[in-house]
Amino acid sequence: MKSIALTVVLILGCLLVYVAQEFPGFGDPGAPANVHVSPFYIENAMRDTAVPNMVTAILADYRGFDTLFETSVIFTAGLACFFLLRVIRRRAPESRLYRHIPTDLTIRIEKGGRLPASSAEFQRIDSVWVPYDLIIHMTGRLIVPFIQLFALYVIAHGHYSPGGGFQGGVILGAAVILFALCNNLRMTVRRFSERTNALLCSLGVIIYAGTGVMCMLLGSNFLDYGALAGLLGVDRIMARSHGIMMVEIGVAIAVNAVMVWIYYNLSSVGRQDEGL
Amino acid sequence: MDALLSFVIAKYNYWVVVLLIMIGLYAMIAKNNLVKKIIGMNIFQTAIILFYISIGAKKGATIPITFGEHGPPVAAADFINPLPHVLMLTAIVVSVATLGVALALALKVFRQYGTLEEDDIHSQIRKE
Amino acid sequence: MFWQIDLLISTLVIICGIGALTVKDLLGAGILFGAYSFMMCLLWAVMGAVDVAFTEASVGAGVSTVFFIAAVFRTSRETKD
Repeated sequence: MKSIALTVVLILGCLLVYVAQEFPGFGDPGAPANVHVSPFYIENAMRDTAVPNMVTAILADYRGFDTLFETSVIFTAGLACFFLLRVIRRRAPESRLYRHIPTDLTIRIEKGGRLPASSAEFQRIDSVWVPYDLIIHMTGRLIVPFIQLFALYVIAHGHYSPGGGFQGGVILGAAVILFALCNNLRMTVRRFSERTNALLCSLGVIIYAGTGVMCMLLGSNFLDYGALAGLLGVDRIMARSHGIMMVEIGVAIAVNAVMVWIYYNLSSVGRQDEGL
Repeated sequence: MDALLSFVIAKYNYWVVVLLIMIGLYAMIAKNNLVKKIIGMNIFQTAIILFYISIGAKKGATIPITFGEHGPPVAAADFINPLPHVLMLTAIVVSVATLGVALALALKVFRQYGTLEEDDIHSQIRKE
Repeated sequence: MFWQIDLLISTLVIICGIGALTVKDLLGAGILFGAYSFMMCLLWAVMGAVDVAFTEASVGAGVSTVFFIAAVFRTSRETKD
């Protein structure tokens, strides 16, 4: 198998090197990729949409259809992970581990046993347990709000600096994953449940498609944000800028929920009781 | 000699891309472990993204963010081509989606067969 | 100035890529994969694609590495090839 793979890869490599003679040089302004459509985008993005970041303007306005289907692709991936892995556990586990909070002892309760009377002092821990670490716990508590604030900044400033909806959504998802790493997966699922995740990622796709449908209901084409001018009370150029903002918020909500959902399903193999 | 030198040196970004494509494809076909195959898939995808980004680069141009309403007028030769960047943002999203689903499938295979090595899985299937 | 940076980061990219596929420990492969993603992000930032570099830094070196390590944690950690 390895020799077949090696020959195939070497033939492909020689073919690619032979074809690379026809390619333009690195950094050539007269290359065919830089000549046909992109000068129109570069010169007109600021004038048509009042958004200095050209990449955001092209992504959400000129090529808005691609971004709509990209959002639905990431939603479908979250759904696929859910349907592949999720098992709803009916049986209780054989033995459960608890940590006594005041004295930092760990006790194990076998099947059929019950928790002692003062059970407010006991905290359930994972069966692959590590000793409780105060530094990780407190550092997580301090850092997670600032990460979420930074993610909101990245979403809101997607018009003026590198960033936008997708990057901010991933950073929001990463903040929740950091919380799940510093504490239990069970605590994270209690705060940000699976039902909330599913609803949020559908909400994100609905916001995006709903903006397009609203433009259609106001008389223009699908995803033509200039039609929102009468509804928002601004002129056509600023209406396109606000339309871009609305779809970026939709993308961020969807991506955030999907990243957290895939993490829940992957790190606990669908059972969602013990995680990484 | 001069043409050969300009061929090799002026297009060095394409050689990096070709090398990474070869590494990624070899890993996807020849490696036994499923996680290594998935890593090879991701190396292949990022090599393609590097190819598109290196096509859009221009010498002496700046990043594709203009200066706002009060800045100088925009000329197309001063800015790096933003269109490949937009297409590659979608490609990165698709690559992370594919990674999530591929790892979910690997976990299901592990749950069923107890191993992630391809030859062990094949021998277990043949015994059934 | 720039072709030296390009060459250096490209060499690091190729070394990380080959390393991620060759080590026998899957946890090490996941970490090297995170390093590979981050080196690619630097390469794209040098070529002027700042949005794409931002996305790859958050997605590849962040969330993607966590997914790999979560999958390795739930399956076996050593491998024969």
